[in-house]
Amino acid sequence: MYQIIAKETLTPVTKMFVISAPEVAQKAQAGQFVVLRVHEKGERVPLTIADYDRDEGTITIVVQEIGKSTRLLGQLEPGDRLASFTGPLGRPTEIENYGNVVLVGGGLGIAPIYPICRSLRAAGNHVIAIIGARSGDLLFWEERMRSVTDELIVVTDDGSYARKALVTVPLKELLESGQTIDRVWGIGPAIMMKFIALTSQPFGVKTIVSLNSIMVDGTGMCGACRVSVGGRTYFACVDGPEFDGHLVDWDLLLSRQRMYRDDEAIALERFSQPESQSNREAR
Amino acid sequence: MARSSRSSIARHSMAEQEPSVRITNFDEVALGYDLTTAVEEAQRCLQCRHSPCVSGCPVGVRIPEFIKALREGDMWDAVAKLKDKNSLPAVCGRVCPQETQCEEVCVLAKRGEPVAIGRLERFVADWEREHGIRVPPVASSMGKRVAVIGSGPAGLTAAGDLAKLGYDVEVLEALHEPGGVLVYGIPEFRLPKEIVKIEIGYLESLGVKIRTNVVIGRLYNVAELLESYDAVFMGTGAGLPMMMNIAGENLNGVYSANELLTRVNLMKAYQFPEWDTPVRVGARVAVVGAGNVAMDSARSALRLGANEVHIVYRRSREEVPARAEEVHHAEQEGVIFDYLTNPVEILGAEGWVTGMRCIRMSLGEPDASGRRSPVPIEGSEFEMVVDTVVMALGTQPNPLAFSQAPGLERNRRGAVVADSATGRTRLERVWAGGDIVTGSATVISAMGAGRVAAMDMHAYLMGQSRGPWLTAAEPA
Repeated sequence: MYQIIAKETLTPVTKMFVISAPEVAQKAQAGQFVVLRVHEKGERVPLTIADYDRDEGTITIVVQEIGKSTRLLGQLEPGDRLASFTGPLGRPTEIENYGNVVLVGGGLGIAPIYPICRSLRAAGNHVIAIIGARSGDLLFWEERMRSVTDELIVVTDDGSYARKALVTVPLKELLESGQTIDRVWGIGPAIMMKFIALTSQPFGVKTIVSLNSIMVDGTGMCGACRVSVGGRTYFACVDGPEFDGHLVDWDLLLSRQRMYRDDEAIALERFSQPESQSNREAR
Repeated sequence: MARSSRSSIARHSMAEQEPSVRITNFDEVALGYDLTTAVEEAQRCLQCRHSPCVSGCPVGVRIPEFIKALREGDMWDAVAKLKDKNSLPAVCGRVCPQETQCEEVCVLAKRGEPVAIGRLERFVADWEREHGIRVPPVASSMGKRVAVIGSGPAGLTAAGDLAKLGYDVEVLEALHEPGGVLVYGIPEFRLPKEIVKIEIGYLESLGVKIRTNVVIGRLYNVAELLESYDAVFMGTGAGLPMMMNIAGENLNGVYSANELLTRVNLMKAYQFPEWDTPVRVGARVAVVGAGNVAMDSARSALRLGANEVHIVYRRSREEVPARAEEVHHAEQEGVIFDYLTNPVEILGAEGWVTGMRCIRMSLGEPDASGRRSPVPIEGSEFEMVVDTVVMALGTQPNPLAFSQAPGLERNRRGAVVADSATGRTRLERVWAGGDIVTGSATVISAMGAGRVAAMDMHAYLMGQSRGPWLTAAEPA
């Protein structure tokens, strides 16, 4: 079980994996996530589902190699197996025909908005997507995104590809353009989601974000992922991961995401030492 | 040996790691009896004809019989007698509160100290493990499928009993390791995970199939399970942590006991960075609550390197719900008990815990539970300097398993309504037992509930159920 069927390098820091998980693929819906372990001593890593294929029985995930666990995952090849793979977890995106919707995906956040765009479009929405990355070489899935949207806007922070702008700039332009925008989604780094929410707030357009807080079990058991939304505490793993971005306490989320920064640095440093014993053992 | 000489033998203590040594490791604290000590302790048993100990055991272990076999030197017979009613004896010998069950009603307890039944149970189970576990004959398959949700003590017991009867049993576990609270909750130093693994391996050898990474409520729901299984047992426990809902509870450094213990036990964070999951326990730790989980959290924090660990409890020592042995061990290890103290706010700076504002309490009139209820003493607020806070206030059933299970009635505390004599819920062909029904209780009471349900499931599936499905009856 949990065999890697295909792997693709999307950018210098981003890899895509197609994983055989027939039961999960039957049930997965846009907006949900999985929790996987790369090896027996590994962390439980939560990753938003980037695609699912019920006929093939596969789940697609996209990973940015930032810490030890994601780098270990990045080293796996087709044919390798994961130690565990659990899902689908979290509540699915609420798919309805809202009318005109805008989905903003920044960096790694491009991956999870892909299936949401597809489902929203199938439900009859006019789907506009804004995708962005720091530079052109970090951008991925432009063609794929074009296939599930009615309009696609591409930006890079440094202007090395497409238009030079942050994702919030075209979002604001759309909101100001006079056309009715019925709902906005924003997925990406927490700080980006915060600014997407701040951008849409003055226009009163409901904005859904997907909160990537630290998790352990992903089933509502530990509370590591607690977030404050509208002054109430929720567990992102079972109550979310999607919430109303205008009500999220962003500073709390950003602070809680930093809880293990020192430990993550230790793990990564140990892992990066080329002759490290633990590195070989870990494989 | 005469009765009088049996009862004149003093109860044998069990070797333990020294407190100063054991707080530096996660190895088991209690070291168990050797054969000589076990046989001598077994000599104390009076073999009472009415065997009150058996009725004191939620699963009815054949206590006098296994003790008799042990002292006669027939170890394999002792094993057979012990395991006839208990598939997890090495676990129970370690974590059961014998002092309020079998040992409390031991005839010797009235005049002195009871037979150390728990220690003997542990000895016999450990002896078997060291000598190679033998698998008893299993009834051939009856072609009926049963799903057991959750692989904790309730689910494992129900699964083992049903497998022995010839049912095709599949245990569906949400986490990547089976064992439930035995693996994520109870620490290694009280219950080594290798022992849990071996006892679960025994159940698998009886034919129980365990599927990990299956989250009921997400991957499948109860209604779907009823389509592909003849019966469903829900033993998902009480996994939802309760918090105080006071200011500062979301600061970095505040853990639910569930999170701390899951990181440490299931994810082996005490071996970070050898294992990948970290845990951050600072120098000064406050654990709020005084149950067994609070003791486990406090003692884990010491072993993770904390200099000072406080148990903060709003009632007094007399009301402490933890086992006396756990409190004793915690005290020996240097845990400080702040009784009649209740947190009102967690203080922080730059996102991290820096302290806890508490108020002193006094005990007023007894409340509905019969315990004297704590009342804040006005003007007694003070600040504790701590960098880590662990909320060990108890748990409730995790609601996740109930999604898409209409018909399953739950009470105000989120527990499933089930008949305690049968385990039947309001939903036909669905039974439940353990903490999902009672709220957080003990391993052995969950095992007892698993057994009760298994017997009723068998009666129902054999067409011998007593009357129609209970829908209106008021559950006991």
